Amino acid sequence: MSDTATLSPTSGIGSGKGQANGGRPALPTGETNYHFVTSPEGSVIDVDKFNLWYGSAQALYDISLSFQKGLVTALIGPSGCGKSTLLRSLNRMNDLIDNLSIDGNVTIGGHDIYGPGVDVIALRKRMGMVFQKPNPFAMSIYDNVVYPLRVDGISDRRVLDETCERALRGSALWDEVKDRLKESALGMSGGQQQRLCIARAIASDPEVLLMDEPCSALDPIATAKIEELIDELRGHYTMIIVTHNMQQAGRVSDNTAFMYLGRLIEYGKTETIFTAPQVPQTRDYVTGRFG
Amino acid sequence: MTATVEKDTIRSEAKPRSVRKYSADISAMGEPFLWGLGGALAFGIILIVGFLALIFWNGFTTFWPKPIEVVTITDGTRVAGEPFRSEQYRPGPEILSGLTDDQRAEIVADEGFVGRTLYRTGNYDVTGEDFRWVSNFQVTDRAYPKDFFFFERQEWGAFVGTIASIDLNGRKLSLEELTLPGLEAEQEAARDRFDEVHHIERTDIGNVNHEINELRLDLRRAALRHGEGSPEYQELQQSNEARIAELQKDYLALANQARAIKEEDRKYRITLQTVNGEEKEIAISQIVRFYAANDLSFFEKVGVYLSRWGEFVSEEPREANTEGGILPAIFGTVVMTMLMVIIVAPFGVITALYLREYAKQGRLVTIVRISVNNLAGVPSIVYGVFGVGFFAYMLGGSIDALFYPERLPSPTFGTGGILWSALTLALLTVPVVIVATEEALSAVPRSMREGSLACGASKWQTIKWIVLPRAMPGVMTGLILAMARGAGEVAPLMLIGVVKLAPELPIDGFFPYVHLERSFMHLGFHIFDVGFQSRNSEAGKPMVFVTTLLLIGLIVLMNSSAIYVRNRLKKKFAGSQF
Repeated sequence: MSDTATLSPTSGIGSGKGQANGGRPALPTGETNYHFVTSPEGSVIDVDKFNLWYGSAQALYDISLSFQKGLVTALIGPSGCGKSTLLRSLNRMNDLIDNLSIDGNVTIGGHDIYGPGVDVIALRKRMGMVFQKPNPFAMSIYDNVVYPLRVDGISDRRVLDETCERALRGSALWDEVKDRLKESALGMSGGQQQRLCIARAIASDPEVLLMDEPCSALDPIATAKIEELIDELRGHYTMIIVTHNMQQAGRVSDNTAFMYLGRLIEYGKTETIFTAPQVPQTRDYVTGRFG
Repeated sequence: MTATVEKDTIRSEAKPRSVRKYSADISAMGEPFLWGLGGALAFGIILIVGFLALIFWNGFTTFWPKPIEVVTITDGTRVAGEPFRSEQYRPGPEILSGLTDDQRAEIVADEGFVGRTLYRTGNYDVTGEDFRWVSNFQVTDRAYPKDFFFFERQEWGAFVGTIASIDLNGRKLSLEELTLPGLEAEQEAARDRFDEVHHIERTDIGNVNHEINELRLDLRRAALRHGEGSPEYQELQQSNEARIAELQKDYLALANQARAIKEEDRKYRITLQTVNGEEKEIAISQIVRFYAANDLSFFEKVGVYLSRWGEFVSEEPREANTEGGILPAIFGTVVMTMLMVIIVAPFGVITALYLREYAKQGRLVTIVRISVNNLAGVPSIVYGVFGVGFFAYMLGGSIDALFYPERLPSPTFGTGGILWSALTLALLTVPVVIVATEEALSAVPRSMREGSLACGASKWQTIKWIVLPRAMPGVMTGLILAMARGAGEVAPLMLIGVVKLAPELPIDGFFPYVHLERSFMHLGFHIFDVGFQSRNSEAGKPMVFVTTLLLIGLIVLMNSSAIYVRNRLKKKFAGSQF
C-alpha cells in the first residue's frame, strides 16, 4: 500500500462516517478511502485530481487512483456515477464529444495523456477497448481481428495470419471459428461477437485492456465465457472493467473502485470492498441498499 | 325509454361527482385518422396508377395497325384513313343551314350535338392535309375494302390508297401479276439499296470528310503555332495536299458508287392511287413499310406491331421526329444521365462528408446546409441559364481558346454539349445527394466509429473503412433520387446542349470515341418537340405517349438496377445487431 501515501494524503478510514442517515446515501465528501493491492510491477495508469465537465455539468470530481500493472481493476457504482466517463477518459474516447473540458492529470507510463502534442492515435494503440454492446464491423471475422494491424498499414499475409490466430486463441474463439474466418462477423452469436471484439482489442498487443460493461448485452452462459477469458488474460494485460454486476466484479477483479456521483469513494482490494467495506456508502451499495 | 332517462337523472342527482366514462370518444380513437391516412394514400395511388395507365394504354396501342375506313360523304367524294378519334361537337348555324330537315331534327333531338371522327388520311403531298374530320351526318357509306394499303414512306409521311401499277426496270406490272409477296421482296431489295446508299453517304463518305477536316485543322494549327511562312507549315501543307488529293479521289469514287446505286434504284417504281383517283409515283425504296390494313391476320398485325417497335428503338427519326425511331434520344438520355451520376456522386458525397464529419457544427455549417436545401427549390431553368453562362461560355470558351484555337470561330466546348448538360444537372441534383448522404452518415452507429477509433484508426481510416461502406446504401438512395430527377429534367437542357436532331451520337468510332462537347438528343425534349413543336400536333400525339412510355421505362430500368446494387450493399449489414 505504499502508493496510497503518494497518491493522496487524505486517506482515512473515517471519511463519510455517520453520514449514512436512514438508509439514504450521503453526499460524497471528496475524500477517497484507499486500500488497494499493489502490483510488483508498479502502476500503469495514474490518474491525479482529474475533473471533467460536459459543458457546464461536472461529471468527475477530483479522481485520483492508479491502475496496477497486470491486475484486473473493476469500476463499480450506480448509473451515472462516471465509471464509463472515467474509462473513456483513459484512451481519450471522450474527445468525440463537443464542449468537453478537463482538469488534472492522467499519465500512462509517466507520459501525460492530455499533454500538448500527444498523438491520440498512438495512445489508443496502447490500449484495447471493448464496448458495452458487441460492435464487430461488417467485414469477415478475419478482417475484424486484423483491423488494428491494417490500420497500421501492415499487409504482410503471414503476420496477419499469425496475429489472427493468436488473438482468436487468446479470446478462446479459435476453435469455434477457425473454419469460417472468411465469413461475415455479423453472423456470429452475441457472445461470440463480444469475444471477437476482445480478440480485436488484443490483436495489436496493447498494454491495457479497457472494458466498458462487456457482458451487459450477453446471456449468463456467454457472460461466464467472457469472465473465464478475463481470468485467462489476467497477468498478460492490465485490465480495467466497468461493470454493473457486483458478483462479476467480485469474481474477476483484484482491485475494485467504487464511484458515486462523480467521485471516487473507495478504491481497495476487491475482497475487502465486498466483505468489509471501509466507507458506509460502499457498504450500502455492495449490500444492495441502493443503486 | 323515458324510464331509464329518469333513472339516470335521479342517479346523477344522487351522485353529483363525475363518473369515469368507459367508452372512448371518437376523437380519442385512432380510426378517423387511419381513414384519413388510408384515403390520402388511396388518392395518391389512384392518381399515379391512372396516370401510368393512360400512358401505358396509349403507348402500347399506338403501333398496333388499325383498319382503313373508306367513307363516302354527301358531296360524293370519298375519304380513306385510319379512324383516329371521335368526339361530340356543336355545329354552327352556317353548317346547320346547309342540312336537310331530317338531319336538323336529329341534331335537335341530340341537344344540338353531332358526332364526328378524325381520320388519319395521310397523302399530305397530294391533298395538303393528313388528318380530316368527318361529321356523322356527312357519311353516306362506310366500307373496309381489302385492296387499300397503308404505306409508311421515307418522305411525306403516310400514304393511304391502292396500288395502281408497278414498274420494275421498265417492266410494267399490276399487283395481281407481281403478287403481294413478290412486291414485298421487291420492297426489301429496294430498302437494301437504300440502306447501302445511306451507309456510303453517312459512314464511308463521312470518314473521308472527317479525315479531310482533320488535315485542314492540322494545317491551321501549324499556321497558328509556326506562322504561315514557316518551313514546318510549308512541309505540312505539301503532304496534306497530297493526302487531300487522294481523299478527294476516294470521295469521288464513293459518290459515283452511290450515284450508280441510286440510278439503279430509280428504275424500280410504284404508282399509288388515292381513294379519289389521284396518282402518285414514287420509288419502291421510299416505302419503309406497307400493309393491307383490312386484310391482316392477327399474326400479321403482331408482326407489324413488333416491326414498328423495333424501328422505334433502333432507328433514327425521320419526318421532323414524328416518325421513325428515337435511338439517338435514348442514347443521349442514358449517356447524359450516367455522366451526371458520375459527376454528382463524388461531388455530393465529398461535400456531405466534410459537412457532417469534419466541419465544426456551428452557424456557418447551418447556413451552408440551409443554402444547399434551398438550392433544390431554384427553378431548373435558372440552372440552365447558369450552365450556359458559366460552363459553356466561360469554361468552354476558355477551353476552346487554349486547346482548340484552330477550330475557332466555330466553338468546340464553347457551346451547349453533353458534358455541360451533365454538369448543370449534377448541380441541380447535388442537394439531393448531399442531404441523403448526410442522413446516411449520421445514421452510422456511434459504436462502429468508436470501435474503429479504439483500434487506433485515424478519423480518415474510420471514415474510409467503416463509416462510408455503412452509409453506402443511403448514398445510393440519394443517387437514385438524383438520377430520376436528372433523367426527367428538360428545361435547363433546352439551353445547354439538347437539340431537335443531333447529326452525330456522343459516342462513335472516331478518336477520341467519346465526344463530350457534342450536342445530343434527349427523350424529355423529344416529347416536348414532337408534342408541341411539330407541324401537326395530331401526328405527334401518339409519339408523345410512346416516348413518355420509353422514358419512364428507361428511368425504371436505371433505378431498379441502382436499387438492386443498394440492396446487395444492405445485405452486408443485415446480420448486424444494431
